[in-house]
Amino acid sequence: MTLPKFSRRTFLSTSAALAAGAAFGPLPARAAGGMTVGFIYVGPKDDFGYNQAHAEGAAAVAAMDGVTIVEEENVAETTDVQKSMESMINFDGASLIFPTSFGYFDPHVLEVAPKYPDVRFEHAAGLWTEGMPSNIGSYFGYIGMGQYLNGITAGHMTASKKIGFVAAKPIPQVLLNINSFLLGARAVDPSITCQVIFTGEWSLAVKEAEATNALADAGCDVITCHVDGPKVVMETAAGRGCYICGYHADQSPLAPEKYLTGAEWNWAGVYPKMVQTMLDGGTIPNFLRGGLADGFVKMSPLGPAVTDAARTQFEATKAEIMKGGFQVIKGPLKDNKGNEIAGAGEGFAEDDIRLESMDYLVEGVIGATS
Amino acid sequence: MSDRTIAAPAGGGLSPDGLLAGIARRSEAVLIPLGALLIGLAIFSLFLLTQGKSPAEYFALVYKAGFGTAFSWQNTLSRTAPLLLAALCVALPARLGLTVIGGEGAIVLGGVAVGALALPLSGFPAVIAIPVFLAAGALAGGLWIGAVGALRHWRGVNETIASLLMAYIAIALMNHLVEGPLRDPASLNKPSTHPLPDALRIGNIPGWDVHWGLVAGIVACIVSWVLIDRTTLGFAARVAGGNVRAAQVQGLPVGKLIVGFTALGGAFAGLAGAFEVAAVQGSANASLAAGYGYTGILIAFLARHNPLAIIPVAILLAGFEASSGLVQRRMGLPDASTLVLQGIVFTVILISDTAYGRWKLFSPERWRS
Repeated sequence: MTLPKFSRRTFLSTSAALAAGAAFGPLPARAAGGMTVGFIYVGPKDDFGYNQAHAEGAAAVAAMDGVTIVEEENVAETTDVQKSMESMINFDGASLIFPTSFGYFDPHVLEVAPKYPDVRFEHAAGLWTEGMPSNIGSYFGYIGMGQYLNGITAGHMTASKKIGFVAAKPIPQVLLNINSFLLGARAVDPSITCQVIFTGEWSLAVKEAEATNALADAGCDVITCHVDGPKVVMETAAGRGCYICGYHADQSPLAPEKYLTGAEWNWAGVYPKMVQTMLDGGTIPNFLRGGLADGFVKMSPLGPAVTDAARTQFEATKAEIMKGGFQVIKGPLKDNKGNEIAGAGEGFAEDDIRLESMDYLVEGVIGATS
Repeated sequence: MSDRTIAAPAGGGLSPDGLLAGIARRSEAVLIPLGALLIGLAIFSLFLLTQGKSPAEYFALVYKAGFGTAFSWQNTLSRTAPLLLAALCVALPARLGLTVIGGEGAIVLGGVAVGALALPLSGFPAVIAIPVFLAAGALAGGLWIGAVGALRHWRGVNETIASLLMAYIAIALMNHLVEGPLRDPASLNKPSTHPLPDALRIGNIPGWDVHWGLVAGIVACIVSWVLIDRTTLGFAARVAGGNVRAAQVQGLPVGKLIVGFTALGGAFAGLAGAFEVAAVQGSANASLAAGYGYTGILIAFLARHNPLAIIPVAILLAGFEASSGLVQRRMGLPDASTLVLQGIVFTVILISDTAYGRWKLFSPERWRS
């Protein structure tokens, strides 16, 4: 009897096969039947802001029959998010994923989606265009209208005729919110000005507090913001005696007496519909946008401090917006450097794609984009 | 402390006594960090128990998501690449007794350097452009951390504080460049530099979903080990790290060593940033400041600043990070629990420094007759 001679080649191939067997062995799938939906957030999901708004949408999906959700928070816009998406697909059997931060789109969602053609990727705020993988969708809401309504309450409530805005970065979405906030206030009193301070970061509590204090020091008595988590701005501003207008989610629990209203995402109204579409075997449009009328955006209930005059104009304008076609950015309008934005009779409806590349601050905003 | 790093004679290969003595001496450097790691994991398990979670389930999930499947390994290894290079930025200066904790700044600037070159080099073939990208990233990082070394040697500025503060400056500089002079006007809501053309992107290792930065990181670790352990330059650095005065009396060029080693460490971190842009992001933007520089500090200390030990330690830490998602999803533990784990392990490792030389078991003399 002869033993087969030891050969390095067979040894290597056998051990490789063993390793591969261990590696690709069956994985316990988590959801038996039904559908698993994954949600990925860039920050903590209880941030009173951007991420909480999405997490509220996720909670509404979790309440649906036959649907399981999996969530991950604090996922960086690096390889991390690519691997988180793949991990949800490989380990949890997710067939629909909501990567909710803008920065996840390019290159990360674009990189992962072609590898998993059977999985649907629904990305918030991205700009899906023809030619990109068809299993990607991008959706977002016209929340600038909400900041316009914030501005109307602010315009009524300000005594100093100065309102303030703490902003993260001078990018189109943020600029539209700042401009809308001021134009709402100016619809009440054209002499109102809005001071803006950019912190430069989406989430940097120290600078947000400094900026809020600086606005209060400068005499601003109604303050709103566009940062990922408005908690610090809201608490600091209320602590300084200013009125506050919320953003992203409902911040009224933080300072109920000072809270006027807020522009909120209504993902809890949107996500279950998207998931239901998938369950019914339908397709979600690759490019999906909606505003107040479509239920993508909603306003916080008006706070106790809001006067009757403010309430009346707020409700009337809101009803006007719900009819559709309402223009916040309309002529005659100049930017704060004196350049004409729109001539008389010219205007931009909320779904005008040109608004998504805004690069100016309108006349009356004190601040600079660079 | 200098005698244990430089003076101990290598265990003689021939006599059994010498062999045992050599093993004893070397095992101290392995067993103490390993013990500290296990104690750290044990304390973390107690923390999990206070939260009403099962440590066994936690470690089973870490194994599964970090090392249990082919996908898990690719997940872990793709996170390892920047960590290897970031850890070298701490480990190399540490051999000179310097504590540099600002590698994040070098990573960010290394990435920006590549982003800045995207347009000028867009017409060049990849064989020219990619080496230039990597060299530019390494140069940017090397200058940045090299400056920390220069400040230390010639102006007496504390390198720990200087490197940390310079990391903030680097991030601010990146934000300014990415949102200003280098901004691609088409990057509307996420200001970024012009994207690298597809042809100039660094791809994956064939058959793997892991980019070439992993290979670069491993090579860098090996080269660093040879430099420190097998060259006169490395020997001189260790002498200077043990006792600067003694090194100066011996006529060693302490200033050049400090600037050289900090610059080399910075160059590796800059290389990590270059790979992030050229292999992962495609353009430079705020996502570059992802915290790799800070995880690198933990890895370097766990590896006791030994470049070869950095490799397994980085893989282990990357595995923990790779699994944090599954842990969140399955156990409902917040993302911060991985930070708690890292913090506990780091603290125990620092405390374990006092354990060296306390046990006769590890003393070479104990094993010589």
